[in-house]
Formats: sequence, C-alpha cells, structure tokens
Amino acid sequence: MTNMFINEPMLEMYIFETTQQLEQLEQAVIASEKTAAYSEDAINEIFRYMHTIKGSSAMMLFNNIGTLAHSIEDIFYYLREKNPERMDYSTLSDLVLEGVDFIKQEISKIKNGESADGDAELIEEKLHRFLSLLEKDRPHEDVPEIKITQENQKYYVATDRKNDRRGKNKFKATILFQDDCEMENIRCYTIIHNLMDMVDEVYFLPEDIIENNETSVWIRENGFEIYLITVHDYDTIHQFFMQTIFLKSLELVQLENEDAFQQLYNAKNQALQSQNDNISTIEQSLQSKQNMKETAVTGQSVISVKVDKMDKLMDLVGELVISEAMVTQNPEINNILVENFHKSARQLHKITNEVQDMVMAIRMVPLSTTFIKTQRILRDMCKKLGKEVNLEIIGEETEVDKNIIENISDPLMHLIRNAIDHGIETSEERRRKGKDVVGRVILEAKNSGSDVLVIIKDDGKGLKKDKLIAKARKNGLLNKPESEMTDQEIYNLILIPGFSTKESVTEFSGRGVGMDVVAKNLGAIGGSVEVDSIEDQYTQITLRIPLTLAIIDGMNIKVGDSRYTIPIIAIKESFRPKVTDILTDPDGNEMIMVRGECYPILRLHKYFKVSARSNEFSDGILIMVEHGSNTLCLFADELIGQQQVVVKALPNYIKSKRKLNGLGGCTLLGDGSISLILDIGGLAFT
Amino acid sequence: MKDEITRELYNEEEDTQKDKYLTFSLGSETYGIEIRYVTEIVGIQPITVVPELPDYIKGIINLRGKIIPVLDVRSRFKKSSVDYNDRTCIVVIDIKDISIGIIVDTVEEVLSIPEDEIVPPPDMNKAGRKYIKGIGKTGSQVTLLLDCEKLLDEDEVETIYKIDTNEEVII
Repeated sequence: MTNMFINEPMLEMYIFETTQQLEQLEQAVIASEKTAAYSEDAINEIFRYMHTIKGSSAMMLFNNIGTLAHSIEDIFYYLREKNPERMDYSTLSDLVLEGVDFIKQEISKIKNGESADGDAELIEEKLHRFLSLLEKDRPHEDVPEIKITQENQKYYVATDRKNDRRGKNKFKATILFQDDCEMENIRCYTIIHNLMDMVDEVYFLPEDIIENNETSVWIRENGFEIYLITVHDYDTIHQFFMQTIFLKSLELVQLENEDAFQQLYNAKNQALQSQNDNISTIEQSLQSKQNMKETAVTGQSVISVKVDKMDKLMDLVGELVISEAMVTQNPEINNILVENFHKSARQLHKITNEVQDMVMAIRMVPLSTTFIKTQRILRDMCKKLGKEVNLEIIGEETEVDKNIIENISDPLMHLIRNAIDHGIETSEERRRKGKDVVGRVILEAKNSGSDVLVIIKDDGKGLKKDKLIAKARKNGLLNKPESEMTDQEIYNLILIPGFSTKESVTEFSGRGVGMDVVAKNLGAIGGSVEVDSIEDQYTQITLRIPLTLAIIDGMNIKVGDSRYTIPIIAIKESFRPKVTDILTDPDGNEMIMVRGECYPILRLHKYFKVSARSNEFSDGILIMVEHGSNTLCLFADELIGQQQVVVKALPNYIKSKRKLNGLGGCTLLGDGSISLILDIGGLAFT
Repeated sequence: MKDEITRELYNEEEDTQKDKYLTFSLGSETYGIEIRYVTEIVGIQPITVVPELPDYIKGIINLRGKIIPVLDVRSRFKKSSVDYNDRTCIVVIDIKDISIGIIVDTVEEVLSIPEDEIVPPPDMNKAGRKYIKGIGKTGSQVTLLLDCEKLLDEDEVETIYKIDTNEEVII
C-alpha cells in the first residue's frame, strides 16, 4: 500500500512518457511504411524508443512490456547492424504495430489501476520467428559487433588516413589575434572546428584550448599554431584563415616534409593511449548527450504540466491583472503627477499583459497530434479492407483547448473509420464509376465564427436519402411525414441512436452505435454535428466545437452598465444607423436596410432586460453579426474595444437553472469585471 | 505515539468545526450556517447580471478568477429586498462541489451551539420549514439554522422553472 503510494508520481511519469514514445514510434513506423523502406534514421529512432520503453518498463516491474519491447528492439538492432537488403517491411510493420498495441493496452490497464497482466508471448514468438527468418537469409554474417563510431574523430586524428598523406598539401599556420579580443582559446577552437571540414589532419598548439583557459594568455603572446594536411591549395586555406574575426596576423607556410607531423602524431598517440580510459567515458557521455539531443529534436522540448496547475496559474494571472488595475487606476494616484510612476505603471501593464497572453496560449494545443493519430487507423483499415485511401490533413495547426481535444479524439476516430468503411468504395467499384481509384478522405480544421470546425469529407458513395428514410421507417424513428423532411433532416437521421444503414456488422463499424455516440460526445462539450452529402460524390461531416475555454478575439461592447463580448469573427461590420434606414413591421419587429439588404435588429438591452443608456438608434451603434447563413444587427450603446479573451464556462449551477440562449460563456475583463460572451447562433435563432 | 498525536490533532480539527455556526442577520432574524460549508466571506462586489434566471440568483461574480453564482437569501426567502450597503456580505459556501455566494445583510459571528441546544423546527406548513434544519438557542437569542443543501434544492428550482416557462408560453 505504502509502496504504491511512493510509486505514484513515477508511475504517472512512466505512463506519460511511454504513451508519448509509443505515439512517436507509431508515426515512425507508418511514415516508413509509406516509403516502403526503413531509413537508417527511422531504424535508429524505433530502436531507441523501444530501448527506453524496455528500460523503464523493467524498472517499473512491468516485465511483460519489457520483454516485448526487448524482442522488438532485437529486430531493430539486427536491422541497424546488418542492414539486410531483402526485407518484408509490411510484415515487420504489422508486427511492430501489434506490439505497440499490446503495450498500449497494458498501459491503459495500468492507468486504470489494474495490473498489467497481458500475455505477450504470442507476439513475442512471432517476433522471434521473424528475426530468425531474417538471420537465416544471411547465414554467413558474423555475430553483431558494436563498432566504435566516429567519436574518434573528435580527437582530430583520423587514424585510418595517416598513411595516405602523399600528394596532399601540408601547411603550418600561425595566428595572432588582436590585443583586446579576449577568449582567444575559444576563438581558436572555433577555427579548428570550422577547419575540420576542409582538412584531413590537423594538429594545433597549445592543445588543451578548451579545457584550459590559461592557454588564451599563451596564444595572445605566442600565437596559435596549426599544422594541417589537406587537399586544398594554399589560396583556399589562406582565404579560410583570413575570414577569422579579430585576426591580427596570419603566417601560413607550406611544409615539405612530414617530420613535424610525425612528431605531433606520435605525441598525440601516446596521449591517446594513456587517456584510453577517459575516452571511453567521454564517449559514453558524448553518446548520451547525442541521444539527448536527438530526442530533443524529435520529441520537441516539451514539459508536461498538470492541467489543474494551469488552471490555477490562469486564475492567479487574472488576479494579478486585477490587482494591477486596482493599483494603477486608484483614484488617489491620479492626483500624483509623477512622470516616473506612470512610466513604471505602463511597463507593469505591458508585462502583465504579456504574461496573461502567454498563460492563455499555453493551454491551447494544436489539433495536429489528434489528426496524426488518424493515420494509424487509416493504415490498418486500408490493409484489412483492401482499399486505397489517401488522407489529406488541412489546418492541423488550429488550436483548441486541451480539454476539448480529449473529447473529440474518439468521435474523430470513429468518423474516419466510417468514412473508409462505409464511404469509400472498393477499387473496382470506383473504377466502374469513373472515379480515381485511390479514395480521398479530407480531414480539415478551421476557425469559423465562434466555433472551431472539424470537417471529415470523403469522396465515396455518399448517403442515399431513400435508403435512410426506409431504414428510419423500419426502425420507427420517423416522427414527421417524409415529404416534409428537408435534406438536412434526412441526413441527420444517422445521428439518432439505433440507426445504422450498414446491413452487416464489420470489425470496424456497423453496430449502430456510432454516429449517435459521436453526436452525444459533441453534445457533452456543447458542440454539434452536421451531415451533408451528395450521392456518389461525397459525404461531409462537420463537427462544430464550441469555443468554451478557447481563447477568442472578442469585441467588448457596452449596454448600460453591462458589458458583453462578441466573438470578432462573427462581426461583419459596425456602424451608426441612419434613422431613415430603419423600418418597423406591423408586429413591431425592427429591421434595417443596408446596401439594399434588409436585416433584423435585436436590441440587446431588451433581450437581456438591462437598462440601456438610450433607446434611440442615433445614440448607439449597430453591430452586424453573422452565424452561418443568419445575419442580424445587434443594437448596443457603444463599442469598448477589441481584446483577446479566455472563455470561461458559466457556473454549472447557473446552467442547470436555465438553458441560456445567446450566451456562450463569460470572460474576465482587464479590470476584473465579468463580461458575458454572446453566442450569435443562439441569438439568431430567437 | 506518533499515531496518537496525529489522531488527536485530527480529532481536534474535527472538533473545531463541530457545532460551530456562522451567524448572519437578515432584517431582525439571525440565521446560522454550519461552518464547514463556509469557505470565505467577501464584501459585496459588482455583480454581473445574467439574464433569464430566477430572480433570487443575482448573477455571477469574479472571485479571484473563479466565476461563482450569487444568490440573494432575502429574495430566496421571499423577503422584501434592501439596498446593498457596505455591511452587506457575500458568504461563499461549498456544497456538493458547487461554489456559491450567498448575499446576507451582515455577518455576525461564529457561534458554538451544542447539539442539545438545538430543537427541531415546529411542524408548520411544509413551505415554512423547508430551509430550516433546526433552531439553536444561545442565551436569550434564537438562531435559525439553515439547511444549506435545501438552499440550492433543485426541486424548487424545477417548479420555478416550469412556472416561468408557462408564463412565457402564455405571453
């Protein structure tokens, strides 16, 4: 019990890291499969991931994961060392992905507090068989040996080249730096570093320029001596040295004999010999450093933070902003006419603003990770169903709040599965229809109005309206005469629980719990699903994700004492109306003519039952907003200004009381007061 | 030994909250709420009105970045409303993970009312005893002990909701 407790943070870390590595590994496998070859980089990468997973799993005592990872690692070790020419890449990918799936499953077990008791033997056996098959292909290979990699070059002695000096130019260069340039040793190191590309061998005096800062004094007085062997001629080398910054003088002589070199080489060799132990340790550290660097490149420099910490930080920043406003806008201070104070206050304001922006941005996560995951599904399904489908991803950089990503990930997978299974036809069918044999699925994300839209579109067979209706009638799901149903309503039938048009249940879909779950999941986060289709051309499913918790650009407006925020994307224009343009119909509905078009007017003060500064149109301002195909004009007192705001949900208690039409949430303004965010869609429907 | 101390401390903490009531006044009456519900007391601050809510929910306030609804106890108990002044307080309470602020005339003190000093409310009609859990006697004074959970009771909300919607339909 106590043990569990102690392990918890480590366990959490383990789960997090392993999940991430598995994802990246999956990506690497899929990417390699596309090109039908495993590049050296990919092999190394996969090897490294598996190695890490093996190590950490063993540490956490998840032995089944550890041994499985070990088996996969073995294969990639073999690949890395032997680089076999003939390879069944497709089987390999299958095996690795199978292994990945197994580990994923175990991880989710661990996450749920169960013990990871899955049996990996079957997969392991397959892996072993695969490996022995590989080895049989090349029976004469000797046992893999670890070659000492190129680290030796770091010592600037390319040993294997030493016999091949003839016919090359030998130079001795002496460099003196300007008197006040400082850090001569570092500069020398830079020179040597740059020189490495051009020369075969190089020796320099003093030798310990990096380790020993005292050498800079020596260099300052005696100059820096470099002996080098190169294929380049005198001019090139001269030119190279002349580029050195702070160069005072350069003496470059071409050497005829090798005595100097031999001497230096021998000395170096001795030193090398004696330092052999050190070298191996240095090598190790170098290697680990390199590893670190590479993971940093592939895994991005990311730290993981708990979301509730982020929430807290955001609240605190909100506090900070309010306190700042309280200090700087204190009425007492207005009486102080100190220029300095206002200057510092402005500075403070700037910084707090930046902090606020930053904190808000941190919460946002691009959709790309979720989108990329779909590629795995695509691959598996195409393979199983024998279809060829191209997945096109657009706008994956669109950012949404972390919480939302978690909620749409499952529905998205489902829709992709649907598109490939139900939507895209088989190759023959496509050919018969005169379509491109390779199917296309487009996954697109974009901001629209106050929402983020995620669109899944396939160019498959589309939805058949009559079939949908027939099915609905059979299942007793029709609550309206067919003739009165719009296309939209017919398509939306597929969102009703218990509706599935696919006759047979396949492995991937057709159980009738699909689209309704998607719709429910989106409903849970306040989003919606729209279906659109043309038979034999396409099916398009649009997920409308609300802006809750997202950051939006908002226009703050004022009505009486209340303030409201309108998502700026919804605003078309704002203008002062001419009274003559305003019409009133017999029911008392007001509207306005703008450039020959007539739009309804909604008085916000009436709608929200607050007192406005004035009821006259001439005193206020009209803001034309649009949502989908609806356009209307909102009447408010004045515009306050544009601001990036974090959308906060209204308290659940309030939401449980009333279905609030026209309110998308609320936000905190700079002075700490609350502004209600208008939901244009909700307003438009009232 | 150590365990004992921990237990003692733990008990003590339990004890500090037991039988303690925060009392506040609404007009001439004194009400008490169990101290364990109370998270903090803040002065009255600007309230953002949210439209279309039952009128006892005054709106929402920003409590250090947290948005919480505020409820006016006076209008909840259907008493005549008074203007807010600088003695008006918002008592923030946490019930079943819901944070809510309740607006009271003045906050008085924290009283210790032992259990045997509390009598059940008289059996009047149902509406009357709804929010009162018991009546505490403290010296010559009487404190009405509120049942916080009833304060937010959804049943009533439901009915109000229905009435309102009906009205709308009629209109």
